Amino acid sequence: MADEVKKEAPANFKVTIDNITIEVAPGTSILNAARKIGGDVTPPAMCYYSKLQGSGGKCRTCLVEVAAGSTADPRPMPKLVASCRTNVMDGMIVKNITSERVQDARAGVVEFLLLNHPLDCPICDQAGECHLQDLGYEHGKEGTRYEFKRRTFEKEDIGPYIQLHMTRCILCYRCTYVADQLTDNRVHGILDRGDHAEISTYISKSIDNDFSGNMIDVCPVGALTDKTFRFKNRVWFTKPVDAHRDCENEKCCGKVTLWQRGDDVLRVTSRKDEWGEVQSYDGKPGWICNTCRFDKKKASDWVIEGPTSISRHSVISQGHYVGLQKPKETIAEVMGGREPKLLMDIHSISDVNSVEIASLPGPATSKTFKNVNGE
Amino acid sequence: MGRKLLLDKAHIENIRLYDVYRREGGYRSVEKALKTMSPDAVTEEVKKSGLRGRGGAGFPTGMKWSFLAKPEGVPRYLVVNADESEPGTFKDRYLMEFIPHLLIEGMITSSFALGSNRAYIYIRGEYAWIVGILEQAIQEAKNNGFLGKNILGSGFDCEIYVQRGAGAYICGEETALLESLEGKRGNPRIKPPFPAVKGLWDCPTVVNNVETIAAVVPIINEGGEEYAKIGIGKSTGTKLISACGNIKKQGVYEIDMTISVEEFIYSDEYCGGIANGRQLKACIPGGSSVPILPANLLLTTAKGEKRMMTYESLADGGFATGSMMGSGGFIVLDDTQCVVKHTYTLARFYRHESCGQCSPCREGTGWMEKILLKIENGQGKMSDIDLLWDIQRKIEGNTICPLGDAAAWPVAAAIRHFRDEFEWHITNADDAQRRNYGLMHYADPIHIPTTA
Repeated sequence: MADEVKKEAPANFKVTIDNITIEVAPGTSILNAARKIGGDVTPPAMCYYSKLQGSGGKCRTCLVEVAAGSTADPRPMPKLVASCRTNVMDGMIVKNITSERVQDARAGVVEFLLLNHPLDCPICDQAGECHLQDLGYEHGKEGTRYEFKRRTFEKEDIGPYIQLHMTRCILCYRCTYVADQLTDNRVHGILDRGDHAEISTYISKSIDNDFSGNMIDVCPVGALTDKTFRFKNRVWFTKPVDAHRDCENEKCCGKVTLWQRGDDVLRVTSRKDEWGEVQSYDGKPGWICNTCRFDKKKASDWVIEGPTSISRHSVISQGHYVGLQKPKETIAEVMGGREPKLLMDIHSISDVNSVEIASLPGPATSKTFKNVNGE
Repeated sequence: MGRKLLLDKAHIENIRLYDVYRREGGYRSVEKALKTMSPDAVTEEVKKSGLRGRGGAGFPTGMKWSFLAKPEGVPRYLVVNADESEPGTFKDRYLMEFIPHLLIEGMITSSFALGSNRAYIYIRGEYAWIVGILEQAIQEAKNNGFLGKNILGSGFDCEIYVQRGAGAYICGEETALLESLEGKRGNPRIKPPFPAVKGLWDCPTVVNNVETIAAVVPIINEGGEEYAKIGIGKSTGTKLISACGNIKKQGVYEIDMTISVEEFIYSDEYCGGIANGRQLKACIPGGSSVPILPANLLLTTAKGEKRMMTYESLADGGFATGSMMGSGGFIVLDDTQCVVKHTYTLARFYRHESCGQCSPCREGTGWMEKILLKIENGQGKMSDIDLLWDIQRKIEGNTICPLGDAAAWPVAAAIRHFRDEFEWHITNADDAQRRNYGLMHYADPIHIPTTA
């Protein structure tokens, strides 16, 4: 009955998480208080998304131990609580990494999440920016104790832009909240229940709302993938660049990250903060519309702001070049001003290099090049 | 002969109809409550009676009612949980089928106490024919002025609606029930907030079991203190037990919580002993979710006392040597039953009924089912038993709703008490396919440590 009692609350609540004390406003969840501290103290969260109302509480990776409920009632809570959906009280003492119970429970949850998750990271587009990958890396075991066939689903086409791989889904429900809260007509949700529950649309291929692309951004795993980017590149080979444009759509913030390879824009996403969530501008989440995401695939469509800052722990930062200078062409200098003579232009024989990978509707295959050559 | 408060009139012909029910003294509690008592006095009476929730958790009903938030201008709701889906439990069905007016009467009185002008009965989809019975009873009560506007001139309005579920076990969990009642997918909500503060359509709501609400009728008629005199200690009043399994007389029995488990199984008044001259091997005393007990621990507690049919005595010894009263689904297994197969059946049920919202329950229940099936088919390994233990340990307490616990407890208890049967299934895999483990030592007197 915690929220029933409404007494004169102090301006700020003092909460201690893993022996670090911080003051937060009343109504803050334990997870958000821990995020203010940052670092290892912050519990991982797979289903909670601060910009989506009602999300959280489902994946159970953010379980923490409450060693003392509050100054007024210092009894410990008997069960581990989901930190994303439990609000702090004044004088609360929370144990996350200092509690063995939490570590044990979290290892269990990670094992459960990976139980039926396919290990297809080498061909998964999410690899490199996958939250489940990070979670498994930090808390997972090297082998599985599961000896049975993993659960699989048929791949499903849910609309013109998004491909659903239900097999990879961890049922965080984030995308259904996007559908509920961002788009006008909700056309997809959860069908069935238990371990055979699936994200799906009632009528196939029916997701065509202007903001449906944000489902891809909120998906913590590779269950929802961008059809215009699928299999085109690994994220760590691409170069993230901040850019913006004046979008006609009022609800669209127009601030994006372009994922470039050379000068090609392979993918457009919204900008992410350090917790992997969409960044906020003036308190409003920076969702972007489908036009910005899927149709503006030319660098000239955008005003480039500069390279995105990527955490150096991320695999993406390895392909992230800052302050790059193209090597100077020295031939003309050495040759005394003469340009080198072109013996043969490869384009006169083959059109292979003239295929614009970025503008293809899907991954490039041998068929793509046959068409170019007119075979 | 124990006292009967709920089912004493159940044998009368046509008690299902209003006229007969009224002739036998029905709706007295409504008259008493609405004409002579204040809403708070009714709640006070229920508190005095010591009535505990009959749905499984055994939480004191009067306390639950007093937790109900009462902000001005916000409607309050009473929701009756008739989604009786626990395997082995069928007491509410009997009550609703044969004396529906008892439930309606209890609902009117309870609604008066809670100030709820709209009450709902959420009934499980499989009880399709009972919906008609209840709706007929509601119509009859309405025609006779016990429902509708200004009941008995007291100024209190009340309507009762019956809502049929679609057959999901999870919708018996109170917050999932409310979601389903609102027309959404029946996923349990994350608590807090509790339904007493934010329940149906975000309004304060009380969710009670059918039997709990029915028990309000004798409490108001006889007074809370009179009611509290029946039973032992904190287990007051009478309880419906639906007995099934390998006993001579299966059925719904009303017990006043003063008899022992042994008496309940073997006396002719109740179950009449084990069928076909077999022996008692094990029993689940409170519906499929509660821990299974071997015969020796069922009849006597670890301290060597006789185990009684009360909330406290059945729970004596905690989960190490005790069980729970639960919802009163008394399932008896004789020595021809295989505990491994039985545990597998339950695991399959919970795998099928998990809502899939939180990961430990969604993934863990399916995993346990697969391992149990493997052991049952004679392909198990010794390490599987420890693995099962580890899985159930990681599900229990880490889920949103109690379904995770309900799935973990039967597996935990089966391994705790019947580990040698599991081991025999693995070491004698061929044998286990042809015959059962039998009674073995499960009925032997337990060693009681003496204090020097």
